[in-house]
Amino acid sequence: MKRVLPHPLLTLTLTVVWVMLLNDLSLGGLLLGLILGILIPLGTRSFWPQRPRLRRPLKIVEYVLVVLWDIVVANVVVARIVLFKPNRKLESHFVTIPLDTRSPEAITVLAGTITMTPGTVSADLSADGRALLVHCLHESDPERARDGIKQRYEARLMEIFE
Amino acid sequence: MDITPELLLELLVAALIVIGGLFGVVGSYGLAKLPDLMTRLHGPTKATTLGVGGALLASMVYFWARDGFTFHELLVTLFLFLTAPITATMVAKAYLHRAYLDDENGQQALPPTGRRYGWASFDAAPESEGSNPDSVEAPRRADS
Repeated sequence: MKRVLPHPLLTLTLTVVWVMLLNDLSLGGLLLGLILGILIPLGTRSFWPQRPRLRRPLKIVEYVLVVLWDIVVANVVVARIVLFKPNRKLESHFVTIPLDTRSPEAITVLAGTITMTPGTVSADLSADGRALLVHCLHESDPERARDGIKQRYEARLMEIFE
Repeated sequence: MDITPELLLELLVAALIVIGGLFGVVGSYGLAKLPDLMTRLHGPTKATTLGVGGALLASMVYFWARDGFTFHELLVTLFLFLTAPITATMVAKAYLHRAYLDDENGQQALPPTGRRYGWASFDAAPESEGSNPDSVEAPRRADS
């Protein structure tokens, strides 16, 4: 089983995305999607040796909604900073975020989320993968930004992945 | 003028396109106005997300009303969310190399990792992942 389907979830995702791309639920499309869904994970298995564990998949829905809402807020916040804040008044700096999660998938999603949400871009990971370097556009209190990210996103991701 | 469902639909689509366009303009303006590369990264990764999002929502509403439901806008959103953060991180890493590695004491400008190891752009990873990273002696920095 593990030899034919190294990542069953990836197989399912690829098949569903293929059918969505076709925008038409036909048997031929489903079959081709399934073939791609089996071949692509086989071809890329050496890049992704461990199978990620999803402990509470339903929590993903909550996480997606929280992030989507934050993205809308982030856009308005950043737009206001860009339009109304003079450059010399910007307090932008790097912040270190120590990571509690060890799951590579959770760290990847966290880094992506940070980039898409209010005034923060993730720039680098520590060499041992236990801390994240984040750049804040305008933040007078870096500790609050760090705690906010840990509570709002990392805690939820740890529930999903570990 | 009669208020018909078609008119309401057109108004909604038009409003979404205008909102999306406004955020697109603001994001691009931020790219030109902000002072350095790291702050400039914030413009395209955020304001533009809602810019594209507005256009996609408008497209979704319009074609949904005309031809029935399509998944394509959702997929564009998905692919955008997968690729935008990776691009931003790659640009940031390249910038760190240019701005902080070439500079004599540039490393001090970055906050410490709080770990035994430095940032992955400058420092080698621990030898083996299985062993306890806290007990391994820190490797020499590649540039020292």
